[in-house]
Amino acid sequence: MLANAILIAMALIILALVLNIWRVVIGPDITDRILALDTLYINAIALLVLLGIHMTSAAYFEAALLIAMIGFIGTTALCKYLLRGDIIE
Amino acid sequence: MLDIIISIFLILGAGFALVGSIGLLRLPDFYTRLHGPTKATTLGLGALLIASMIYFSSRGEVSLHELLVTLFLFMTAPVSAHLLAKAALHLRIRSEVDLPKDEQSKP
Amino acid sequence: MSIVKRLLPHPIFSLVLLMVWLLLNNTLSAGHILLGSIIALVLPWATAGFWADRLHLHKPGLALRFLLLVLWDITVANIQVAKLILSPRSKLRPAFVHYPLDMDNDFAITVLAATISLTPGTVSIDVSSDHRTLLVHGLDVGDEAALIAEIKSRYEAPIKEIFGC
Repeated sequence: MLANAILIAMALIILALVLNIWRVVIGPDITDRILALDTLYINAIALLVLLGIHMTSAAYFEAALLIAMIGFIGTTALCKYLLRGDIIE
Repeated sequence: MLDIIISIFLILGAGFALVGSIGLLRLPDFYTRLHGPTKATTLGLGALLIASMIYFSSRGEVSLHELLVTLFLFMTAPVSAHLLAKAALHLRIRSEVDLPKDEQSKP
Repeated sequence: MSIVKRLLPHPIFSLVLLMVWLLLNNTLSAGHILLGSIIALVLPWATAGFWADRLHLHKPGLALRFLLLVLWDITVANIQVAKLILSPRSKLRPAFVHYPLDMDNDFAITVLAATISLTPGTVSIDVSSDHRTLLVHGLDVGDEAALIAEIKSRYEAPIKEIFGC
């Protein structure tokens, strides 16, 4: 029951990842690509959490937390760059 | 019984994440696309983390640290949405409706 | 009283720091409680110089109720947004709305903006330089005035009451 649910959930998330990559490729604007990458990292965290449950290992939690932090900083830095032309003022 | 609850949360969470990504792909302009990921995907991940919390807690030791990722995402999602929208407005990205004037533009 | 105040300039911040430390280590052992308490005492003191104006939680009970209301709204809103995303696109009525603010505290405005971003089909984009209006983008806006009235009564009024501004 649970094993099947995990597999179905993983399939849904992987489909979501493919859709995100598609949006990264077709754009059309730079902000669309950043938004797609932002969604991509959140979905990657989801995949990691599912893997953690699948393998019954808490080790994936740290990776999820790190991706959450670095992903957010990445999005912020890119937006700042678009807004101001540089990142560190 | 617990398995059923965890499974429901897993499918629901993954479903919402997928809906967010579908929204990202098929909504007409950037400003509407912004709505999918900031809400649906964040809530989807929240549901997945609740499932993970129940799962690891049911195996003996109480595990609440997934709460931290959830909280972090719920705090950062509005911030990145706000920054992206601001950047898009600054760059005058095309919209279905008329754009309001940009206060950030420098002369 | 004054010693307590000097040791704990931000009691809620300290409590949150201790909880985050314990969650991060996923434990309740005495050693980590001690270490977390030290961090919770030292960090607010070390960063005191960077804090802007202080805001007091006037009504913690109301804040908790507000948090639950927002969580519930997020869930309901997501089902609505999911329906909008999966329905034919001609049903969408996106619009930019200028929302007039009734408060001028930066922190309270930030809380309101974050709440708006997380709930039903609305994202807050920008605050005007005089802190009087908030630019909001709605995914499906039928009636601008109704949207403004709803945000005002449902979210802004409780936030104003919680922070007493």
